[in-house]
Amino acid sequence: MAIPRFWRETPSRYNLIGTKCKNCDTIYFPPRLICPKCHRKSIGKLEPIKLKGEGEVITYTVIHDGPKQFEMQIPYIMAIIELDEGVRLTAQIVECESNEIKIGMRVKSTFRKLGEDGKAGVIHYGYKFIKA
Amino acid sequence: MREVAIIGVGETRFGEVWDKSFREIGIEAGLAAIENAGITGKEIDALYIGNMSAGKFIDQEHIAPLVADYVGLANANIPATRIEAADASGGLALSHAYMAVSSGVHDVVVVGGAEKMTDVGDVQAKEILAMSADQEWESVFGATFAGLHAMIARRHMHEYGTTREQLAMVAVKNHKHGALNPKAQFRREITLDMVLKAPMVASPLGIFDCAPLSDGSASLVLCPLKIAKKYSDNPIKIASCGQGGDYMALHDRRDICTMNATIIAARKALKYAKKAPKDIDVAEVHDSFTISEILAIEDLGFVKKGEGGKATEDGVTSLNSDISVNTSGGLKAHGQPVGAVGIAQAVEIVLQLRGEADKRQVKNAEVGLTHNVGGTGATAVVHIFEVV
Repeated sequence: MAIPRFWRETPSRYNLIGTKCKNCDTIYFPPRLICPKCHRKSIGKLEPIKLKGEGEVITYTVIHDGPKQFEMQIPYIMAIIELDEGVRLTAQIVECESNEIKIGMRVKSTFRKLGEDGKAGVIHYGYKFIKA
Repeated sequence: MREVAIIGVGETRFGEVWDKSFREIGIEAGLAAIENAGITGKEIDALYIGNMSAGKFIDQEHIAPLVADYVGLANANIPATRIEAADASGGLALSHAYMAVSSGVHDVVVVGGAEKMTDVGDVQAKEILAMSADQEWESVFGATFAGLHAMIARRHMHEYGTTREQLAMVAVKNHKHGALNPKAQFRREITLDMVLKAPMVASPLGIFDCAPLSDGSASLVLCPLKIAKKYSDNPIKIASCGQGGDYMALHDRRDICTMNATIIAARKALKYAKKAPKDIDVAEVHDSFTISEILAIEDLGFVKKGEGGKATEDGVTSLNSDISVNTSGGLKAHGQPVGAVGIAQAVEIVLQLRGEADKRQVKNAEVGLTHNVGGTGATAVVHIFEVV
């Protein structure tokens, strides 16, 4: 995958930068250009906002059959997490045993390596979550 | 708007069809449908084809004219159009073909669906399947297609008390149906124990909770109902189509146990056809995973929200019960050549409504429904069919 594809998502993936609609105060992650609630009225009114990175597990799975990029991590935990600001995202939960993970568990974000483009390729980074 | 009928159906065997190429399976299903319709081929005004990812699976784009060419229609210079909506590509191709005939733009239209998934290895094929989810915000973090559905299943179990066994019963039922379908990829019954003890893919889903990777193609011939009797003794009317959409990523839907796209698509289709869910005798629903069928029967209105697992356990959806669901074996046992699924579902409903479904025939079937989903529910397409 070409470098710009990862580079342009860096602010959100490194620092959990989402957007807030100045019209209705709803927060979005990943960033949006148009607020699905305010539509036209929101154009130009979505501002960057840094999320705290704390929240709880809405649902989860332990992946036993994963893509090549992740084969060394199998089995690994994926979860949908609701952050305290109300937004939801999909992320890995690390430093947690498969039998420890539960719906409702408090988690916080951590900065980790996500993958790499082959042995000599670019390494890309982003968020994963650990127990809070 | 003109009423539209299906006058011909055709389908290849589903499975690892290694001895045939993409274009060969496309032609095989297309010619079978043309022959079944009793048309010569000269009448065909247009071709539509549903396909998810020929570019990734066989390094070939521009597949609609390719199939038109090899089916012998190149010198007819007809419009050939590919429709893509991930695994709902076939269903959506049918919608567009239906609208083209209904509106009066075309009279006789062939609509097919085709996918060749086993020309790549299975790891790669699963990565391609995951492309129907959000690559930037789901897949890149390690979410697989099975993983996303597993998260729906986990939440459904949490909210409604759906059990692991109830999920497994969907696979047992669909294999039972598939065993009666000569075109099915898996024609063997399986036991509950086999499903429960199968290797994990993404907990709580094991290998038997997942539809397979398949090669296959299916095809239909459509024309205005008014002239259908000219070609066919038993035309089946397409009573309506409905399509719904939703957020691309699963995490953006507040209720991940409900597919709003399905609810909207079903509501539109039922309203236009003047039907209620209880009027449906036979339905082919999108069971890419066992949990998908549970969500489908709830969101289509066959059972109450949260009761899909219990209904499956009670046998409500088995062949010749209250509503016969996935009599073909569904994606699970019939097979899952993604772009062909929506068309294959319609083929099964036509066979059922014609009374040609042999050992898996639903008694007195008069109204049928197909339900085809793209991704984790960002697209859903529903069609309703009726005997004339």
